[in-house]
Amino acid sequence: MIRSFLERAPIRRLLVIVGVVAVIELITGPPGSNQYPTSGFTGSYAEAASFFGLFRTQRWVVFLALALVAWGIVELWTRYGATIRSRSSSALAGPRQVSEKRPVRVGFALALLVLGILLPHIVNNAFWQSALVTYVAIYVLLAIGLNVVVGFAGLLDLGYVAFYAIGAYTTAWVTGALPTPPPFGHALDAFWAIPFAVVFVVIAGVLLGAPTLRLRGDYLAIVTLGFGEIITIFANNLYGITGGSTGTQQIPHPVFHVGPIKYSWGLAPVPYYYLALGSVVLFLVIFSLLQRSRVGRAWTAIREDEVAAESLGINPLKFKVMAFAVGAASAGFAGVITASADNFLFPSSFTLTFSINILVLVILGGMGSISGVVVGAIIIQVIQAYLNHTPPSGYQQPDLYIYVGALLITMMIFRPAGLIPSRQRRREISLYEESHEGHPDEVLLGDDV
Amino acid sequence: MGSFGHYLATHFDTLKAEFWFLFVGGVANGLLYAMVAVGYTLVYGVLRLINFAHSEIFMSGGFAGYFVLRAMVGATVPTGFTSVLIIVLGIAAAGTAGAAAATLVERVAYRPLRRRRAPQLAYLISAIGASYFLFNLAGKEFGHLSVSDPQPYVNHTVFTIFGAPVLMYDLIILVVSVIMFIALDWLVGRTRLGRGIRSVAQDAETASLMGVNIDRTIAITFIVGGALGGVAGFLYGLNIGVVYNMGFVPALKAFTAAVLGGIGNLRGAVVGGLLLGIVENLCVVFVQAAYIDVVAFGILVLVLLVRPTGILGERLGRTA
Repeated sequence: MIRSFLERAPIRRLLVIVGVVAVIELITGPPGSNQYPTSGFTGSYAEAASFFGLFRTQRWVVFLALALVAWGIVELWTRYGATIRSRSSSALAGPRQVSEKRPVRVGFALALLVLGILLPHIVNNAFWQSALVTYVAIYVLLAIGLNVVVGFAGLLDLGYVAFYAIGAYTTAWVTGALPTPPPFGHALDAFWAIPFAVVFVVIAGVLLGAPTLRLRGDYLAIVTLGFGEIITIFANNLYGITGGSTGTQQIPHPVFHVGPIKYSWGLAPVPYYYLALGSVVLFLVIFSLLQRSRVGRAWTAIREDEVAAESLGINPLKFKVMAFAVGAASAGFAGVITASADNFLFPSSFTLTFSINILVLVILGGMGSISGVVVGAIIIQVIQAYLNHTPPSGYQQPDLYIYVGALLITMMIFRPAGLIPSRQRRREISLYEESHEGHPDEVLLGDDV
Repeated sequence: MGSFGHYLATHFDTLKAEFWFLFVGGVANGLLYAMVAVGYTLVYGVLRLINFAHSEIFMSGGFAGYFVLRAMVGATVPTGFTSVLIIVLGIAAAGTAGAAAATLVERVAYRPLRRRRAPQLAYLISAIGASYFLFNLAGKEFGHLSVSDPQPYVNHTVFTIFGAPVLMYDLIILVVSVIMFIALDWLVGRTRLGRGIRSVAQDAETASLMGVNIDRTIAITFIVGGALGGVAGFLYGLNIGVVYNMGFVPALKAFTAAVLGGIGNLRGAVVGGLLLGIVENLCVVFVQAAYIDVVAFGILVLVLLVRPTGILGERLGRTA
């Protein structure tokens, strides 16, 4: 009796929603400590709160009310969602067709570029001006690079931070900020770090990729994860070469000096923003050209079906290594810009956490969709900057990663192709899932990624 | 070259002198790795997936055990029967917590994707998400600083092997892990349940046609692996202490152990764990302590490249 009641679809949905809301309540609540391990839990549910100023009560009442509201919306959606969706898609069909025309897309991209150029003058605020560099532009650069590896070629790289670290350390090395003597015996300008960094990360990408990219997808993930950890361990302990755990704090600002033209970057964030924006645009152009080229099609083929791709004469290893190296290049760039803008680097900033944060940016926007990844990265990084700048009560910086984890699971359950999926990727995932429809109890997984 | 020869000679002398001492520590570590590795291997057997969230199962066991110890251990270190009781309670709590965490991960991060028959990349990402969510939530609720477990026993030398002391802690690990491995071997090899697990590992589709409830089998596999992982977390915490991200490094090593022994092979996981623990401990003589993790990891890469099926070989479906 009770069991059949609980198994009715709306009741099940209510229970799931209440459970999810209870978890949200916990992760938005006050922190606990190992001395008072229950304080976080009791605080999360029993602390005083108000429901949009309507009535003052305890948190659990507020959240229960929110859960009921959410349940109501979900029930309405299951009843009327299909009609709303079909109507909205037919209403959007016209604009969508227009938006897919090439001149419209180019015009839109140019408008965004102009907005990007004007942005630091629009947000006339010291924190947000520097946040545009340190939180947004650098991360967009990293995300579009990781997108080449994860999105285009379908390889899960959890050691992406290593390439960023190599870029940053190369900058420190070239400018003579490390205990290791700089190349050619004298310190060069930070600008010269860019070619060095790109060459080094590409070499590192090939060295790491060539042996490991033969492995299955999940093995690859673990090997790259370990590679990222090893780079951090070395950076932390090779005092004579990397400066050890204290890193270095003497990286000079870059100077561009070719012929009569000379420009020096200083402490102000806005010039770095333009440097980063320039690199983002450069890599956006390179990556979208690559995506549409023979190489991009080979990546897609390998991602969709490696065996079939191989039978068509594509050498999977070659193209996978290429994806690794190409994706690493933008991380190297990002490393150079960060190191020279900050003037310092510490090995403790290059952790697995960092790699996963970049992965989240790629997944939110949509693996394989360049515009999606850019939008996803901007959304998450602006939220992160806001939370760090003006933390709400009970929020600590590491709490962000709880949300990040929850977001990864949620995206994989409800929208694996991302917020703004590339059309091809969306088709691919739905085709894959349809083609594996079989016996209802079948749990076989594809052994291809 | 001469200085390198000298380096090797002096270090081999140290190795000879310290061998049994390092060996005992290595066996204790190795048994812990093996208990975690078994969890990876079980899940790999039925799902063909590496459970990235296994490190957090280990961590939940560590915390559950820590809270039991905090509640039970008073101002003086308990002895005799009280010690045994507290340790048994800690193991029970840690095993339960590990099993609960594993069930949660399976229900939230795996089952919805299985229903949709998602591609492999999706599973990896959602499992990473689950791991991230769990350990950072633990950090929020229990603080981000490491805390040491109250000691439920006097850690004296019980006996010596070739002059190397075997501590109470080592003995506890040995007894608990051997009991659990025997129980597991019996469960998987001799019971109806184990037959279900093995059949799903061999061929899930056929198994379901033969009337094996696949969802239930997978859930139970997670519970069994989770219980072992949780207990390992408790035993690890007894010595090292607990902290929100305590699972990361041991889990990476346990995964190495599972691959080393042949992933999907239960006995292989035990062999791999022991081997990795001992080799890693002996390497302390040759490399600085900071680089020990690099050694374990180098072994992983080497095994994957040279013999990806491990020492005993992948025995998918014949996990006996």
